[in-house]
Amino acid sequence: MDYFIELLFSGLSRGAIYALIALGYTMVYGIIGLINFAHGEIYMIGAFTSFIIATILTILGFPGLAIILLAGLAAVIWSASYGYTIEKVAYKPLRHAPRLSALISAIGMSMFLQNYVLLAQTSDFLPFPQLIPDFDFMEPIAHIVGSSDMVILVTTTVVMICLTILIKYTKIGKAMRATSQDRTMAMLVGINVNRIISITFIIGSSLAAIGGMLVASHIGQINFYIGFIAGIKAFTAAVLGGIGSIPGAVLGSVVLGLTESFATGYVSSDYEDVFAFSLLVLILIFKPSGLLGKADTQKV
Amino acid sequence: MLVIFLVWKKLIKLITEEFMKLNLSKKLIAAAAGLMLVAAAPVAGFAQDTIKLGVVGPHSGDLASYGLPSVNAAKILAEQINAAGGINGKKIELLVEDTVCDAKTATDVATKLISDGAQIVLGGICSGSTKAALPIYKDSGILVMSPSATNPALTQSGDYDNFFRTIAPDDAQAQLDVDFALDKLGYTKIAVVHDKGDYGKGFAEFAKKFLEESGKAEVVLFEGVTPGAVDYSAIVQKIKKSGAEAVMFGGYHPEASKIVTMMKKKRLKADFISDDGVKDNTFIKVAGKFAESAYASGPTDTSSNPLNKAAVAAHKAEYNADPGAFYENAYSAVLAMANAVKVAGSTDLDALKKALQSEKVDTPVGTISFDERGDAIGVGFSVYQVQDGVFVELK
Repeated sequence: MDYFIELLFSGLSRGAIYALIALGYTMVYGIIGLINFAHGEIYMIGAFTSFIIATILTILGFPGLAIILLAGLAAVIWSASYGYTIEKVAYKPLRHAPRLSALISAIGMSMFLQNYVLLAQTSDFLPFPQLIPDFDFMEPIAHIVGSSDMVILVTTTVVMICLTILIKYTKIGKAMRATSQDRTMAMLVGINVNRIISITFIIGSSLAAIGGMLVASHIGQINFYIGFIAGIKAFTAAVLGGIGSIPGAVLGSVVLGLTESFATGYVSSDYEDVFAFSLLVLILIFKPSGLLGKADTQKV
Repeated sequence: MLVIFLVWKKLIKLITEEFMKLNLSKKLIAAAAGLMLVAAAPVAGFAQDTIKLGVVGPHSGDLASYGLPSVNAAKILAEQINAAGGINGKKIELLVEDTVCDAKTATDVATKLISDGAQIVLGGICSGSTKAALPIYKDSGILVMSPSATNPALTQSGDYDNFFRTIAPDDAQAQLDVDFALDKLGYTKIAVVHDKGDYGKGFAEFAKKFLEESGKAEVVLFEGVTPGAVDYSAIVQKIKKSGAEAVMFGGYHPEASKIVTMMKKKRLKADFISDDGVKDNTFIKVAGKFAESAYASGPTDTSSNPLNKAAVAAHKAEYNADPGAFYENAYSAVLAMANAVKVAGSTDLDALKKALQSEKVDTPVGTISFDERGDAIGVGFSVYQVQDGVFVELK
């Protein structure tokens, strides 16, 4: 039973990591119908920014909590501006072009950012400081759930609740829902669609930045390539849960994380990816729009 | 002669006629294609004045720390040898190409180097990408010497008679690590993990074989992890459940540092033993305090060898830093190849092979020669442990 609980928490941890990135994918898809492949790179840039700020602040001797908050804030601001700029540069000009053009633009942006960071920083793996200290009260269960696991889980839950409140109960949320339903109509009723799209990108990028910082602290190392791999998994998770749906992104991520964890634990680590992607295929065969996705009805 | 001349004239006339029939854009394309064909032809002829030494390996990306020291070694030695007049009067010209340890890129690089006229090649660094490119080099009769590709099949299968290396193969390494775990540390339950790649899995399979053959220990787990994954806690939990006293890991330092970090975080008290892909200072830098007391095997420390000291000093003088992984092996490889070219008087593969197998060369890794399969005679491995943030050789 102990082993099951350990694997459960491993899976939840992994799922939470994917969820922080998957939320960004799903929000952007919901609004403009584009898979933002550059999102994984935003996560990576968030990790790098927090690394730089955390290193500087550690040298200056700031206390631990201040370092996390300031590094997180810096990462959020930096990544959000990247997200905003990417949208204006790579996606806005292609808003009326066929979907494929925007998709290719996204892939191109992803490669550009990877190589830009590679050249601007380094190809080496950089050691990321452990920003979240080992809490004493967690010591008895530290072998099941570590302090940073718990922080990631709590952050993801809080983020999901905040986002749901934002979408359902605020005016901006209403405008976002309207834009995703019918962009032209939203413009006609007076919603500034460009602003709403930019806000979506900014929110998605901020989440990715926070995710980047927390995961980097959890794993302990960063590299220009982490965005690509994490992005692929998170994108799979978002599709699994129903792309365009926020609870879907979190559910899909958790399902993916748990599947990988249990597949490793009970079958073999060799087949972890096989299980994860077979699950994706199965779910899409029986429910093409994902677990919580809504089938898109085209009004004619 | 006359017939050939007439046929040639007819051919030129035919081509010019067809050319004139094309519209402008097609004319431009045809002219450009023709120019490229003409320009490419003389390149092969220029190979005679210099000895073109190809240097291939990962020079960017996450494994660059394994490949760049070899480039430095080649540069330092090429400068030294050329300053002394070259080999048999010919200067060494370096053709440096980046393979990022990817098999597909390595084959593309091989094709490029051959068309650029490379005559001998230093590299590759990773067993997987080296294996992928070797057939291409073999078909063109080019000698390839690697300072770090340790997969045993590269020399033992007999498929690659143009391949040599200045490092002992993985089965020797695995044997050493297994003997260390069984005899020095006295463990009876060992988990073997690898990164599913040619190098890591090869090492792990040998480790498993030797462990089972010894009869002194049980292989409680044998699994592969996906390199680059975000989280390795599941495999660590599995290792914990298996009751392993030690984890033998085959693979490179990125995964090793993540696994070692996760092991300590999940309070797993097993020892970590790994291969020369992990005996790299980047492992200690990235894993930080979690790397403490980890074991890794690596080429025997030959730093007391005077040639080794001179080579390291040359690197410090040129690059203001200590050399990285496989520097001495690459330095020795270039010395061995240069000597072979001098003795053979050419870069013909068979002549070079004879020279390498019969000559003994003094190098930073010792006085070495090569056997008929391509392995170096006179190089070995030692086990190192991370103590206070540095790798210390255990005698």
